[in-house]
Amino acid sequence: MQEVRVLSPTGACGAGYLEASFEKALELMPHVIGMDAGSTDPGPSYLGTGKTAFPLSAIKRDLRIALKGARKLNIPFIIGSAGTAGADTQLDIFAKLIREIAEEEELSFKLALLYTEQSKAYIVEKLRIGKIRALDPAPLLDEDVIARTEHIVGMMGAEPYIEALQAGADVIIGGRASDTAIFASFPLLQGISPAVAWHAAKILECGAAAVVNRKTPDCMFAWLRQDHFLVQAPDPALRCTPQSIASHSLYENANPFRLVECSGVLDLTHSTYEAVDDRTVMVSGSGFIETDQYTVKLEGAELVGYQSILIGSIRDSLIINQVDDWLDRLRSRIQVRCEMIYGDEFTSDEYLLHIRVYGKDGTMGPLEPEKMITSHELCIVFEVTAKTQEIANTLAGIVRHQALHLPIPEWSGLITGIACPYNQLERGSVYRFNLNHVVEVDDPMEMFRLSVADVGVSVPKKEYAA
Amino acid sequence: MTELYRLAKLIRSKNAGPFELTFDIMFESQEIYQRVTDSGMITEAVIAEKYNLQEKDVKLYFCANAYAVKATIPRPYTQGDPRCSDSHGGQQYAPLMSIDIP
Repeated sequence: MQEVRVLSPTGACGAGYLEASFEKALELMPHVIGMDAGSTDPGPSYLGTGKTAFPLSAIKRDLRIALKGARKLNIPFIIGSAGTAGADTQLDIFAKLIREIAEEEELSFKLALLYTEQSKAYIVEKLRIGKIRALDPAPLLDEDVIARTEHIVGMMGAEPYIEALQAGADVIIGGRASDTAIFASFPLLQGISPAVAWHAAKILECGAAAVVNRKTPDCMFAWLRQDHFLVQAPDPALRCTPQSIASHSLYENANPFRLVECSGVLDLTHSTYEAVDDRTVMVSGSGFIETDQYTVKLEGAELVGYQSILIGSIRDSLIINQVDDWLDRLRSRIQVRCEMIYGDEFTSDEYLLHIRVYGKDGTMGPLEPEKMITSHELCIVFEVTAKTQEIANTLAGIVRHQALHLPIPEWSGLITGIACPYNQLERGSVYRFNLNHVVEVDDPMEMFRLSVADVGVSVPKKEYAA
Repeated sequence: MTELYRLAKLIRSKNAGPFELTFDIMFESQEIYQRVTDSGMITEAVIAEKYNLQEKDVKLYFCANAYAVKATIPRPYTQGDPRCSDSHGGQQYAPLMSIDIP
């Protein structure tokens, strides 16, 4: 194929896009529609719990418009990182939504599901034979860590999508995928060079984020050709400039010149960006260096515990001026109260009391260079994390009562030193990301499972069975 | 001397995955980009000092075609860790705003 046209309706399925822009984009006759539906940005709890970050109604709206458009043009619709983290349960949520839309809109198509969740036994085996490599920086990985992990997903490259396309899929719902693989797979299958396919994919995966004058999440469109690609936002009010497109390669990447994929590295050192008109940019000169060893990145989330929090504020300058010391004394008192309730064996290792002091270093923590407090009030957020919700709730109650009446030397008598708008709040289970590792595999499909099924009303047959 | 935020069109911070934080300092024109990069005030050492880090922890990139400078540092706490204060890493750029550029 001389030219492959790719449409990305939005940077995140569930974040929305303008239907008018999408209609304009369809007039440009795309060959494929891609949609990124996940990210680690909202945090580890989505991989931990299997819930979705965006509301299902918002996700369904974004899926419906794109699915109807794809079926109208009879082109593939490719989704990646379904349901935020790409866990199997989240993929199943997306499959259900797609099937519901198919029924409501009377659409029929071949649906492929690409499951990316990993069994612990498989990961342990890979670790034992030395096929798991730590990225930098990476937390410690051993068999105990794997045992503790709630869900582990592998991040797909383009190859599993290509396999699904070759199986005749019209709609592909992928579990965890590299954002770029969603958009690079179809062009690669059509013979577009890896450098053009992956670089265009990098721009497309965020929707219209790479325009100069971003208003809301919206559509982005690219024309991929032999040695270059053009990129434009279908909304005529949005402009791409060489600088806006060049800058986008910086976004959310540690290194702006080398973007690592499963199958190699996209090298942007010599990329050039030229204006075609006042809203379209031509990109050329990018490189793609194939790797000797195909790797699949892992993501995992483990339960840290159960949390309760208390929000309060301090207005008294005497307390503000000694806030660090005040908090130290508070911590000691809380520990004393814990021992009274749970016994001496309940040491401070049994819980994590994390205290954020807004007005001091609440936003930046240890990265905060400003040491002096100049605010007339402080907001304090106390977070207790423990093995059970019951313990976390009990401790948050202790924190509240101890903080309320903690004495300071300057005042005599009973003081109430913190203002709380309400009592402690239960946050439920909390998780942490515990993997920043890659698996070395021989086969790009080794870690993933593909299933293909017909969806929707069957095509009426010409003759009836007797 | 001019503070960096008066010269940049955008200074931002964001996660680069859950384990790293990345800063983009972007300029409107080649001329301003050149002025800032030629000043020698954007270095690993300056950024390390702003964030209480060691120089070796800072990765610095000059992106001439985007008129942008990029720096990446390890996160003090992994994104979503109970002690993490900024899940998206979006408000960690403030100390860069006051770098003085001759």
